[in-house]
Amino acid sequence: MKPIPMWRRYSRLFGPDPAADVKDELRFHLQAKIDDLVAQGWTPDAARKEAELQFGDLRAVQKIGVRMGEKMERRKRLKDYWNDSLQDMRYTLRTLGRDPGFAAVSILILALAIGANIAVFSVVNTLLLRPLPFPDSRELVWIAPPPNACGLSCATYSADAYEEFRDQSRAYQGVTGYMAFGTADNLRLTGRGEPEPATGVEVIGNFFQVLGVQPAMGRLFTAEESRGGPHPVALLANAYWRRQFNGDPAIVGRAVELNGTPITIVGVLPDSFDFGAVFSPGAKVDVFTPLDLNLERNWGNIVTLIGRLKPGVTRAQALDDANRVAPNIYFNVKYPATLGRYRGDLIPVPLKDYVTGKLRRSLIALWCAVGVILLIAGVNLSNLLLSRAVARAKEFAVRGALGASRGRIVRQLLMESLVLSGAGAAVGLGLAVMLIAWLAHQGAVALPLLSSLRIDGPALGWTVLVAVFTATIFGLLPGLRIASGNLQEMLKDSGPGAGLGRKHESIRAGLVIVEVALACVLLVSAGLLLRSFVKVLDVDLGFQPDRAASIKVEYDDSAPTPEGSQVKRGEIFQQIIARVSGLPGVEAAGISDYLPLGPNREWDAPAPKGKVFAPGELPDPLVYVVTPGFIRAMGIRIQGRDFTWADGPRSERVVLINASAARVYWPGEDPVGKILMRGDEEDRVVGVVDDVHEETVEGGTGSQIYYPATQQGPSGAQLVIRTSLPPATLAASVLRALRELNPNQPAAEFRPVQTIVDRAVSPRRFFMLLVAAFAALGLLLAALGIYGVISYSVTRQAQAIGIRMALGASVWRVQSQVLAGTMRLACAGMVLGTVLALVVAKLISSLLFGTSSWDLPTYFGMALALLLVAAISGYIPARRASGVNPMRVLRSN
Amino acid sequence: MQGDLWQASLGLHGVRMDSAKLEFFRGTLDVLILKALVWGPLHGYAITSLIRRQSDDALLLEEGTLYPALWRLENKGWLDAEWGLSENNRKAKFYRLTAEGRRQLRHEVKTWEAYASAVAKVLGATQPPLPEEVA
Repeated sequence: MKPIPMWRRYSRLFGPDPAADVKDELRFHLQAKIDDLVAQGWTPDAARKEAELQFGDLRAVQKIGVRMGEKMERRKRLKDYWNDSLQDMRYTLRTLGRDPGFAAVSILILALAIGANIAVFSVVNTLLLRPLPFPDSRELVWIAPPPNACGLSCATYSADAYEEFRDQSRAYQGVTGYMAFGTADNLRLTGRGEPEPATGVEVIGNFFQVLGVQPAMGRLFTAEESRGGPHPVALLANAYWRRQFNGDPAIVGRAVELNGTPITIVGVLPDSFDFGAVFSPGAKVDVFTPLDLNLERNWGNIVTLIGRLKPGVTRAQALDDANRVAPNIYFNVKYPATLGRYRGDLIPVPLKDYVTGKLRRSLIALWCAVGVILLIAGVNLSNLLLSRAVARAKEFAVRGALGASRGRIVRQLLMESLVLSGAGAAVGLGLAVMLIAWLAHQGAVALPLLSSLRIDGPALGWTVLVAVFTATIFGLLPGLRIASGNLQEMLKDSGPGAGLGRKHESIRAGLVIVEVALACVLLVSAGLLLRSFVKVLDVDLGFQPDRAASIKVEYDDSAPTPEGSQVKRGEIFQQIIARVSGLPGVEAAGISDYLPLGPNREWDAPAPKGKVFAPGELPDPLVYVVTPGFIRAMGIRIQGRDFTWADGPRSERVVLINASAARVYWPGEDPVGKILMRGDEEDRVVGVVDDVHEETVEGGTGSQIYYPATQQGPSGAQLVIRTSLPPATLAASVLRALRELNPNQPAAEFRPVQTIVDRAVSPRRFFMLLVAAFAALGLLLAALGIYGVISYSVTRQAQAIGIRMALGASVWRVQSQVLAGTMRLACAGMVLGTVLALVVAKLISSLLFGTSSWDLPTYFGMALALLLVAAISGYIPARRASGVNPMRVLRSN
Repeated sequence: MQGDLWQASLGLHGVRMDSAKLEFFRGTLDVLILKALVWGPLHGYAITSLIRRQSDDALLLEEGTLYPALWRLENKGWLDAEWGLSENNRKAKFYRLTAEGRRQLRHEVKTWEAYASAVAKVLGATQPPLPEEVA
């Protein structure tokens, strides 16, 4: 290619000018033609006129030329840009390859931070952002009273109430619900060898239609089947069908035996539907049967209410509609006095809010924590890049002198941070995928929708966003610092850049102080959450969960009369308890139909005899139907006496109440011996037990009543055993004992009571562990940052140290000076960090339990940890400083 | 926009072309320019001058169509342009054939010759063609 002549370069000194080029070209043509015409004999003026005439529309041609010229310029610029970027990329890969240690450390730091970010984003996306896995899930609402300490058992309605609500409301396409008082393993799959336990939920007939769930095989319930049609039918959950029936394709229409009765399977639900994930976190439901409302009409409040709004109906409109309908609803049409009982207790909230609303604050806190980690990692990266850039300061100075624009140099450095970020993001994505896969399988954690956790499109998009953001923000700083430097100074050959180094060192120190401050915030947050968790574990549950285990017991108390049934039941229970108590290692045994921290239920509110209470003052206590020995087996404290086997169907009706109930019924008096009226029934209080946490560990307690199993009807039987041995060792012998008494006893799970407690606190533990992990990561990154800065400063001052040592400074003095510098950094960071941490602690105070935002031990612990880590990070460079050989350092300039 | 300019006449000396017939001559200007540059780089005026002389004053290229064609060919990559000094030391833009331009020229010449011989066959016929054999 011929070289561009000098005159051309000068006339286009400020860059290409397509418009001027076109003008020049056309002017030349015109001039040449004029010259020719003049040569042929025309006068100059006439020649000019003729030339312009012959040319035609000069302006139009010019316009075309300018447009095309500009297009070509644009294309050329893009091509140059692209080629430059490729060149930068190749150069970056080469230089990074020459320094694999640096590249590996940076990529690792970035991978951890970005991976954590992706994982948390996926969790937030699944739990908060993504809509529920139902079609048009925004239309689904959960209808319940305003939230109170009572929980799920208060959010139920009677069969009559459901039907009236469904018929009178105008805001819904469909209203459905499910029976809220099932328990795990409430069904037995029989007829195939050993009976196997299964968990079943009774749902109102149109449950799946309202939710919009289509069966994977077969069909849903028909209207006739929902009314308790001719044959019992059931739907299987997809996982249960695969597990128990090996994915039998011919399952539809087959009859299986549940609890001894043959039931026809009419369909299998799709894999995407997980009842537990949405309505009952931590639980797995296997079988769905239609709820016959007629059978349950007299059982009180048993169904939850779920509705699908008509398109376009807003929440406010639905609320108005509910308020309009509520006064017309009976608890039970047979009792006209119950009209309007649900006034104010029918409030529709979006189903999504009900499912995940409680977690919103925790998740946002988690997201912020992981964002802080990314900031720390980014600052670290910035620091590392800056130190590298300083080392290459001369190279950049030469480039600048040779004509590279500042933008070009910055682009080169930005490309480095982009490559590192990209690699870090790729590795981080791999880490996140593994973490997510592990999290999704943590069935023990009672978090909703956890099993649907996965890396999807938005998560990948977030990855790219985070990587680019990190690269840009944190790569820009070193680039700008270097590119704005004084070229001449950088080119000077005065050792490892004395003046330059000092300026950069203060910047790097500043960055490290920020890092340390952020790590402080994370440490304090994790510490506060840890203290909260420990306080939660310390909560007096009212019972002793350790060394107790429970197992579901099957019994058959069918008899011609209710009294006969009670007698039979009493005998069965007494036998079971006697036999099991006789096993070696068993200290106490008892039976109850509901356990604390699990499902529960209420009966009609009893009232103290002879006292008048205003409506609404009487509490609705939770009811447990128990045998003698249960109180002792659970380790609940009692005043007065426990039930005995003498309290039978024909003896005086007795009852136990808890301290809260006693305070309400007979404030300031001793309740033992007093009478409680339930309708016409008189129950004598024989003992007062401590409050037991019935709903959550962290919540309060309400009123509780215990009735003897020989005088009332329990809804099942959970045998609780207190043992001095580890519960697992007794599982086999207990099951054998039960089998001997009842061959139909299914192989139920022998569950330590502690696991029930663990499950209740599992969400809190989960979050605490995550934040603690982030805090540890942040601390590690901050330590690396401190190490980097101190190490660099030691290298820079090698000469000065050498001189000092040659002049007689001892090893210890040199080391202590380095350490002092380290501590100064750490303390500055800690001061800033404490201020930030106080602010953050105030923000997360709603997540804490029993811990104040100014919890001094936590702050002290944070300071200690930080100082320790800083001392260790500073120690290695200090050792290096003291190992400096003065002769060598002084000799090599 | 290019189409409009192609409507402008090719400038056959003494013969006015109307737009319908110009369809057949699309690309003729391109191949003329490419051929003109076979013997070395030229600026725009020299190209018109060469074609005029080569065709014995029969083809007069109009500037309104010439320069857009030159720029278009440069865009396509068949010509390379660089600024230089003309014979009387004036700044001018010289165009040069690229390797791809040469290939294009060969291809276009072949096409033109095939077209010309086909037209000649039809115009030089002395009797109507034989009816086609139905297979």
